[in-house]
Amino acid sequence: MRYLMLLTGTSPATPPPPALFEAIMKLGGEATDAGVLLDTAGLLPSQAGARVTLAGGKVTVTDGPFTESKELISYALYDLRSREEAIEWASRFVRLHRDLWPGWEGQTDILQVMGPDNGG
Amino acid sequence: MDKDEATRSAIEAAWRIESPRLIAGLARITGDVGAAEELAQDALVIALEQWPAHGVPDGPGAWLMATAKHRAIDLVRRRARYDQKLRAIGRDMQTQAQALGEPDADKIDDHIGDDLLRLIFIACHPILPTQARAALTLRLVGGLTTHEIARAFLVSEPTIAQRIVRAKRTLSEAKVPFEIPAPGELADRLGSVLEVIYLVFNEGYAATSGEYWIRPELCAEALRLGRVLAGLMPRQPEVHGLVALMELQASRIGARTGPSGEPVLLTDQDRRRWDRLLIRRGLAALARTEQLGGAPGPYTVQAEIAACHARAASVAGTDWERIAALYVVLAHLTSSPVVELNLAVAVGMAFGPGKGLEIADTLTGQPALAGYAQLPAVRGDLLAKLGRFGEARTEFARAAALTSNERERTLFLARAAGCQPGGPAAHPGL
Repeated sequence: MRYLMLLTGTSPATPPPPALFEAIMKLGGEATDAGVLLDTAGLLPSQAGARVTLAGGKVTVTDGPFTESKELISYALYDLRSREEAIEWASRFVRLHRDLWPGWEGQTDILQVMGPDNGG
Repeated sequence: MDKDEATRSAIEAAWRIESPRLIAGLARITGDVGAAEELAQDALVIALEQWPAHGVPDGPGAWLMATAKHRAIDLVRRRARYDQKLRAIGRDMQTQAQALGEPDADKIDDHIGDDLLRLIFIACHPILPTQARAALTLRLVGGLTTHEIARAFLVSEPTIAQRIVRAKRTLSEAKVPFEIPAPGELADRLGSVLEVIYLVFNEGYAATSGEYWIRPELCAEALRLGRVLAGLMPRQPEVHGLVALMELQASRIGARTGPSGEPVLLTDQDRRRWDRLLIRRGLAALARTEQLGGAPGPYTVQAEIAACHARAASVAGTDWERIAALYVVLAHLTSSPVVELNLAVAVGMAFGPGKGLEIADTLTGQPALAGYAQLPAVRGDLLAKLGRFGEARTEFARAAALTSNERERTLFLARAAGCQPGGPAAHPGL
């Protein structure tokens, strides 16, 4: 079963410490070695993006940044046996932020991808 | 899900993620995979007792490893003491514990990769029957329960349990060392590992029996095992070749069954439903084998064939001549009559059904294909394309009688019924 993990958060004024990047790379390496991480990438601030909206029959385009207080930071696509395994990997990822970047707050949303194994 | 149940699920998930590395590290200490597995299970039991009361520790993996390590060291010390006592009463006995001496627990973490590779090689040891290798690998390296393995292979739970117990006993009695094979035997031993992984994949991809045509969970297990192995042996082209083959074949799973679970053969599939991510990963793995160089092995050649399909936008746009040429190479590498049959299909597509049938007809006397449903199915298909409907119908009826997969039987019977001028379009069945 595939799970999409979306990390959103609010960064403190301090820049992300290099140790965090190293730890994230290490965890990503472990997940890849375990054969479960299919794809992952960081996302640029929404200032670089845009939003296309349909409302009241009208399609409108709005330039970034989006108004939400929390920015989408990264995504990861995992191939796992259960939702519990997804929670475990996501918890490891979030704990790295707690341990290595004081003041950072955020969340990882775990979404199951439709596929041949769940009627998709 | 209540709180206790949630904690229990969290513990089991953490244990599952860690269990292959846990068992591998413990097998290094104890020198025995059976004992290592029991110790890893003990750590799970302790976690299930302690965590609901004290809360899940921050690093559950590290906790499990530390707990299991301590018990392993205790076990080795006990064995060593026992051994000393035996010697004290004048018995000369060599045990593994003696040879190992005092284990250095801190070293375990430095060797996780090596230990995992050793674990894979021992689980796939040629001393074991193929089915036992598959069960043991899924149990030790995949972290599956006996119940899950039994369900995956449609075999009873006691049968699988017995298979695993016997396999562990065989390894123990034969004193198979927990080590990576010497360079001289590496190629053969790696062949055994690849065979086991592909067997697991195929059992999921083309279920040989039962109600379902595909069991995606089993394909996913094999894919994960293949990816793990590719990470551990990045310089081995055939490992990447096997991964490429599985990723490319798995990319078609979503398109391989119709709305009511019936099989949809390659040429009838809606290619928009092929999984682009798996295709991309498969082609990338194939590129790795090319970078590594050397003469391509059988898995790489099969992956090349799968890549021809993955790259083609349609059946008509498929490079069937290249596929036929690759099957000739594969036939030389494997001398398998099943490959010859696939060659017949590809030649039929590239150069016309008459040419394909010439090859298929040479295979009818092959004892290895005597009970193989695909042979009459392929002949039926080629005969139908040539307009020889009476003969084609007989062949499809034979195929339906031979297969033990219900879904496939339905498909063959439908083909038999459709054998008349203007009947359903014919296509390669493999």
